[in-house]
Amino acid sequence: MKEATDLSVLAKNSGEWLRGTGPESDIVISSRIRLARNLAGFPFIRKCSPDDREKIQRQVRSRLENLPEWDEIPYVDITTLSEVDRQFLVERQLISREIADSEGSRAVAIDPSEQYSVMINEEDHLRIQVMHSGLDLISAWEQIDRIDDAIEGEVLYAFHSKFGYLTACPTNVGTGLRVSVMLHLPGLVITQQIEKVFRSMQRINVTVRGLYGEGSQYTGDFYQVSNQVTLGHTEKELLEMVGHEVVPRIIDYERKAREFLIEKGQQDLHDDVSRALGILSTARKISSEETMHYLSKVRMGVNLGLIDDVQLATINKLFIHTQPAHLQKLHGRVLTTSDRNVERASYLQRHLCGPADRADELN
Amino acid sequence: MKCQYCDKPATFHITELTEPDGPKVLHLCEHHARNVLQKGEPTPVSSVAGALAKQLQLGQTKEELRKLDQKECPVCGITFFEFRNSGRLGCPLDYDHFEADLKPLLINIHDSLEHTGKRPTRAAATADSQVDLIRLRKEMEVAVEREEYERASELRDQINAIQGEPKRRGNAT
Repeated sequence: MKEATDLSVLAKNSGEWLRGTGPESDIVISSRIRLARNLAGFPFIRKCSPDDREKIQRQVRSRLENLPEWDEIPYVDITTLSEVDRQFLVERQLISREIADSEGSRAVAIDPSEQYSVMINEEDHLRIQVMHSGLDLISAWEQIDRIDDAIEGEVLYAFHSKFGYLTACPTNVGTGLRVSVMLHLPGLVITQQIEKVFRSMQRINVTVRGLYGEGSQYTGDFYQVSNQVTLGHTEKELLEMVGHEVVPRIIDYERKAREFLIEKGQQDLHDDVSRALGILSTARKISSEETMHYLSKVRMGVNLGLIDDVQLATINKLFIHTQPAHLQKLHGRVLTTSDRNVERASYLQRHLCGPADRADELN
Repeated sequence: MKCQYCDKPATFHITELTEPDGPKVLHLCEHHARNVLQKGEPTPVSSVAGALAKQLQLGQTKEELRKLDQKECPVCGITFFEFRNSGRLGCPLDYDHFEADLKPLLINIHDSLEHTGKRPTRAAATADSQVDLIRLRKEMEVAVEREEYERASELRDQINAIQGEPKRRGNAT
């Protein structure tokens, strides 16, 4: 694996999961699967000495390097990264906030297409993650299963004949599997039908999680649905629960809400999304929250055919590229909140103004 | 699992990623989940540990809980009290050492005690060998600190013998 210290190249590109394609991509942003694994013979992270953490990192790295296709995978030592770079990887969903903010030896190996990454010394020794665009859980599972098998061929996992894969937190024990589908549900938010979704899911153990914003504010319209249970069901059963039982039902509700909005008053809706695009295209300074709010409306407008000169991939990328650390990476220096607001507005203008959107500039 | 605010079942499990102190997990009933998600009400500070602790306290007397809290893993040294407060276990052996104490929590969270999913194709290390590995590593650290390099290298060989050589496999992706 190659040591990666400069993340600027990553900043200019965008992960494949943001390309806005795949099944149900008008509503489903991404499908993510992660596996929590621990090495046999080491304490869990909480009880690891600095020396243990170092050994785990070295052992995992050297064993991953035995895998033929891992030659070109960038390996990032998180301890050497600046605050902005760590935040950048969090915004990019390649590492968790927990590993970014923790102390001690820790690293991440990142597939250049950003479809998969392997965190070392997070809450568990290994956190393997695969992320695909749209609702694509089966192929995401097949990919992560292959990666897991390959790693397991190199290291000895902590496994219990009764409890399965042993994890630091009992909420992950068993399969260690978390399936997360990121949904864009503006129709349900506008029509205040999100309660109906809650009620429909009442008896199903799923986690609902909000997409992070710059501050500590919950960012509306985006909901991440994940399995809560990890023990007692096979991986396929958990995938089916989220991918076949829960998510399609939510998608159905969202589509009905959007249809209702169009029937109720297309002019009002068109006006609303056009104004949102207008603000994003002309503002001279704009906060992260405001940007997310209006981008959400524009995204719905694109999906409903009310805006035809902006591509879905552009909007998806702007959600990520207008986050604080991304702006600073793209700008090449640390920016204050106020400077970021100016830079964000300028960035949005550059990519949304004109007769056609400029998705190519983002690539 | 019950809601953190009332006695209704917690059917929503929300992880807030934006808290300054790190991720916070909320276990809420429909009513309280709606409040948090829709009205943007301030997020209560809580964690898996808190929810688990609450469940435990419901089923045990103070004296029983005090005794349980003092129970300590002989390998990693974590006490049950420490686990209850952090929500994180200290080593793989804890699942055996605290098995009876963890069962109500596992049932509460997963409604199951038996893994039915994927298994490693390599023979998993036995509980004994995992304990041996952790102990040997600790001893090796001490030997290196004391500059007893011969002893350290013997220990390293023992560790390698338990771990075995990695199995050579095909492609990763």
